[in-house]
Amino acid sequence: MAEMVMDQAQRPGGLDRAEQGLLGAPVPRWEGAAKVTGAAPYAYEQSPPGTVYVAIVPAAIGRGQVTGVDAGGAEALPGVLAVIHDDPRMPAGEGNSRAKPQPNTGRVYHYGQAVAMVVAEDGEVARAAARLVQVRYEETPGRFDVEKQAPIREHGLGFLPAIDKGDLDAAMAAAEVTLDETYTTPVHFPAALEPHATTAWWEDGQLTVRTSNQIAGAARKTIATALGIEASRVRVLAPFVGGGFGGKTGVGPEAVYAAIAAERVGRPAKVVLSRRQTAYVAHHRSHTTQRIRLAAGRDGRLSGIGHESVAAQNEIGEFLEPVPFGTLPLYAGENRRFRTDLVRVDLPATGAVRAPGEAVGTFGVECAMDELAHRLGIDPIELRRRNEPEVDPTNGKPFTTRRLLDCYTQGATRFGWERRDATPGSVRDGEWLIGMGMAAALRGNFTVEAQARVRLEVGGRAVIETDMTDIGTGTYTILAQVAGDMLGLPMTAIDVRLGDSDFPASAGSGGSFGAGSSAAAVALACEDVLAELALRMNAAPEDLRLKGGQVSAGGRSAALADLVRDKAVEGHGRMAPGKVSRATSQASHGAQFAEVAVNAVTGEIRVRRMLGVFDIGRVLNRRTAQNQAVGGMVWGLAYALSEDGVVDTRDGRFVNPDFGEYHVAVNADVPQIECEFIEEVDDAANPVGAKGVGELGISGAGAAVANAIFNATGVRVRDFPVTLDKLLAGLPPL
Amino acid sequence: MHFTINGQAYDADLDIRTSLLDLCREHLGLTGSKKGCDHGQCGACTMLVNGRRINSCLTLAVMHQDDEIVTIEGLGTPENLHPMQDAFVRHDGYQCGYCTPGQICSAVGMLDEVKKGWPSHVSGDLTSAALSDEEISERMSGNICRCSAYPNIVDAISEVAGLTPAEREVAGA
Repeated sequence: MAEMVMDQAQRPGGLDRAEQGLLGAPVPRWEGAAKVTGAAPYAYEQSPPGTVYVAIVPAAIGRGQVTGVDAGGAEALPGVLAVIHDDPRMPAGEGNSRAKPQPNTGRVYHYGQAVAMVVAEDGEVARAAARLVQVRYEETPGRFDVEKQAPIREHGLGFLPAIDKGDLDAAMAAAEVTLDETYTTPVHFPAALEPHATTAWWEDGQLTVRTSNQIAGAARKTIATALGIEASRVRVLAPFVGGGFGGKTGVGPEAVYAAIAAERVGRPAKVVLSRRQTAYVAHHRSHTTQRIRLAAGRDGRLSGIGHESVAAQNEIGEFLEPVPFGTLPLYAGENRRFRTDLVRVDLPATGAVRAPGEAVGTFGVECAMDELAHRLGIDPIELRRRNEPEVDPTNGKPFTTRRLLDCYTQGATRFGWERRDATPGSVRDGEWLIGMGMAAALRGNFTVEAQARVRLEVGGRAVIETDMTDIGTGTYTILAQVAGDMLGLPMTAIDVRLGDSDFPASAGSGGSFGAGSSAAAVALACEDVLAELALRMNAAPEDLRLKGGQVSAGGRSAALADLVRDKAVEGHGRMAPGKVSRATSQASHGAQFAEVAVNAVTGEIRVRRMLGVFDIGRVLNRRTAQNQAVGGMVWGLAYALSEDGVVDTRDGRFVNPDFGEYHVAVNADVPQIECEFIEEVDDAANPVGAKGVGELGISGAGAAVANAIFNATGVRVRDFPVTLDKLLAGLPPL
Repeated sequence: MHFTINGQAYDADLDIRTSLLDLCREHLGLTGSKKGCDHGQCGACTMLVNGRRINSCLTLAVMHQDDEIVTIEGLGTPENLHPMQDAFVRHDGYQCGYCTPGQICSAVGMLDEVKKGWPSHVSGDLTSAALSDEEISERMSGNICRCSAYPNIVDAISEVAGLTPAEREVAGA
């Protein structure tokens, strides 16, 4: 076992000696051929013989108690094997590593909650039978309107405690210029294209679940907890996950339902949420109300900054959107207040969706900075420069790597920022009003423990094994690149096996910590392999030169396969956070730019181009990293313009829980987007020096679009998304 | 019932409510076509039926007894990729891969529509539609990629279509 605890900045020697040239290169995805041919198996596919189908019966009320279930009509349908509703292990909601699954007491916490299931021979029968299950309820009035609930200040939810440093009220009273504005963001659905699905089967008391989940190891424990069995009796497989975006970090009730169904009928069972069910059974991102206060001198220097928000959670959820998380280290100002209050509602659970905190918090703080720049007559980039802190202004810790100023400079040059006219509504192209906007991007970086195993097999191929997942993030590819560089092997000589909870435990995919942590574990496992190879070469590990399947040291050279001979070489690697992780302030950074056209007659908004310049530490694969970053920027675009989950406040239903009405970006919404990286390896972040990518792209992207709309029209919309109805009244005269 | 899929004959005993998509995924082991919404809203289930792209979740299997059906499995294999599949790999026109089979089938069908001269919403001329990035984006908007690899998807398709940089930038309207 080769280990690195991040007590100080450090890097495995093999990475610096690498000659294979894979790491950082835009290598095509390792699993690409499987994906483009449809051969890659997702959770609901390649079922074992005899698999039965589970359909979920959703609650038809928003709050109350199940008083009885009449399953007669459903059970009478040919092909129905069981209707299950009274098993206490059927969870009322999602569970995860922090929050245990809530057992079934018949209590209804929200509309659409899973309350029963039908098990049938085929999917058509299961779905039809689910509609025949008659559930009786005692209904009680629900809290469906977030704006009508009193915020709770002392709630203990979430990982981010309230922060009150200095005296913000006094700073506001004394400041030459102040800004005090409130911004709102709506419900956002993660809406991964693959709906939540699970196939479950039992063999000799052992449960195997193939499930669409971001964190296989945590899922194993959560499923075991829900079923009341030892984790060693559960194996979770998630080799391919059709998108997660935070929505698959926990274990939904449907996964446990499948296990219970399989146990009841004695056959493998599988379940998939319908698209509409995903909106109710899986979590969404809370709506937020954000009050931003900025106290500044006429020179734009901040003396105070406040980011105080309200977010929602239901009665059993334990998560709270950490709205100001990205604001904490972003700008200077000695007087600082950050808090997020809670409203309890009777709606589906809120939870972590791509960049919890920053994805929506940047709409508040980055639009507010744009507004302040406009009031002061200072360029928005210059205002940000003047407030760039030298150390983390909230906790006083030193930054590790922070290239934010370089991102501004490089972005401004490449985007042509000097062509922006600071007077709103002053640039026209025919009937279109043209505007440019920018925003800072920041996403906190996490160091999370991860392990991996690398085996150099007889014949000279390498096999990587970890329970890490690839949810579209490029894990298969970057791990192969790391091992290829460390061991001097081409991509074609490396097998990557992921998403199996029997493999060494990783951090899973979430919080943008997956790539750095799992790549570090693989690099360390390779160090372990190199130590053994060095012994066999009778050389020191640092003297080994590896490339193209050949290893040389001290003038001697051998094929790796010959060195392995008939005894595979296996290495283990483990990386864990340590003192430097706790003593420093770490984040990925960037600058977002957008140019929009707003139709002067109709108010229609088109994004013409976007540019993101990002500081993500080491770039592990330029192509997949760019794809991730651009994908995040597209999310920001859609958050700015169209994504808007609407609650019917009469009964707690969603008005638009599907792709027909909840508008994610489609191809025609998206221009060609540019993205570049300023690469500085961050040795304090983890042993491979990579910081998070997947959530950085969304941070600030939507604010840049909103700021461009203001520049184009002079209309400042603070309630997102910005839709044409909110612009029309304020558009300049034709 | 009898079906011809990817040139191969299949027999299946079906519930009449079975969609063409579920026929392939749940009865024939052809799981390359994906189900993202089951409502014709996302395009992940796109197949080619008699050469035309359709949402296979919106049509019943019983309606297709005599049709020529091509799924992603019929376009190419991991060892022998179709040019569109190869272009998606090289341009990284995907992330999680779940929408990808639908995107690729849709792109193949779309290029054939352009060849036949079918205009789109953004075509400036209804009788001679020429392909451009804008046309590709418009015509591919029935296929949602939540990972949002859209720029790379457009790159891949425009390469297969053989567009020059100048042709790509032409505005349709």
